[in-house]
Amino acid sequence: MIALLMRDLKLAFRAGGGFGLGLAFFLIVTVLVPFSVGPQSSLLATISPGVLWLGALLACLLSLDRLLALDWEDGSLDLLATAPLPLEAVVTIKALAHWITTGLPLVLAAPVLGVLLNLPQPGFVWLVVSLALGTPALSVIGTFGAALTVGLKRGGLLLSLLVLPLYVPTLIFGAEVARRGAISMETNTPLLMLAGITAGAVALLPFASAAVLRVNLR
Amino acid sequence: MTLEVSDLSITRGGVPVLQGLGFALRPGHALVVRGPNGIGKTTLLRTLAGLQPPLSGRIEGADETIAYAGHSDGIKPTLTVIENLTFWARVFGARSIQPALDAFDLNDLAERHAGNLSAGQKRRLGLSRLLVTGRPIWMLDEPTVSLDVSAVAMFADAVRAHLGQGGSALIATHIDLGLDAEILDVGPFKARPREIEDFDGDFL
Repeated sequence: MIALLMRDLKLAFRAGGGFGLGLAFFLIVTVLVPFSVGPQSSLLATISPGVLWLGALLACLLSLDRLLALDWEDGSLDLLATAPLPLEAVVTIKALAHWITTGLPLVLAAPVLGVLLNLPQPGFVWLVVSLALGTPALSVIGTFGAALTVGLKRGGLLLSLLVLPLYVPTLIFGAEVARRGAISMETNTPLLMLAGITAGAVALLPFASAAVLRVNLR
Repeated sequence: MTLEVSDLSITRGGVPVLQGLGFALRPGHALVVRGPNGIGKTTLLRTLAGLQPPLSGRIEGADETIAYAGHSDGIKPTLTVIENLTFWARVFGARSIQPALDAFDLNDLAERHAGNLSAGQKRRLGLSRLLVTGRPIWMLDEPTVSLDVSAVAMFADAVRAHLGQGGSALIATHIDLGLDAEILDVGPFKARPREIEDFDGDFL
């Protein structure tokens, strides 16, 4: 399992691996928002938690279609399916590798970009906490979507349509944590909901992804 | 480990392609699958490897014993030859990759990125993966595609060595590898079209 994780990380950092794609997209969105909505700092302060969460979510979405498609194209997925690793472990490791190369950089970059959007000072901690808690769910749900569409040529469109509704609960509660944190309100309720969604997704979706993948490999 | 197959029916895309197939593959033996294009050789190998369920019939001795090599080699172009091979060795439980490099003459290419290899060299790398799996039954689908004459001989030697160690191999190929292998012609097992129950013959 560690071998698979190390291989995926190595592939992501090598040429054409796609590391930084999500991060660059996140950077572009947040840098451009002040230009498009105007420079009123009070308005930016109000919308910044939502914009940062939306940017992070779309950045995650952007890199999903490579998650399993590359392995499917070169036949590695067939070989992994016949390897001693259970397919559930394979998809979990794939999701983890996706989180490390996409979600984690977003979490780390978010506070810096928060400055650009005039995020109120108490909001920084909550932004990082909510993203750290929510992005694993985005990766796991995304892996499920990638498993559903693996084998389809240009499956990216279908993948986005399938995954977006599944991302909505995470977005609602994640952005709510950041918003409440930014105006110094109590954040317990949305934080627990967010944690629940992530825990549920991490616990259940690998089994669904593996089952779907078995059908798609036929 | 003997692979026993009896009364096997397999489908591709929901259409039955082979039915009533039965054979036994004993340790130390090789079986060459023959048959015209589209008869279901690839589907047979994929079914035996566990990538898809059979329509009916029994497959025994296929659990965690099969090393499958399909049309594509599962090679990552941005990893070097050694990194590719080491990865599979670790997935199948750490073994030395040196015998695999030696058997397919990959030592000189070891540090090259797999993306820079020629088609035949990639194929050699893909086949060398079989040696690091440590699995007793090799399932090979057109293994000699894009191999030159000396590489085919290399491959035949590797299969022979594998058989000598008590392994076995099921090979779908159209060329003669010079192996002492039985031939399994799947042509006679072609699935018959399903009879339509309410077909009105008088209509014709």
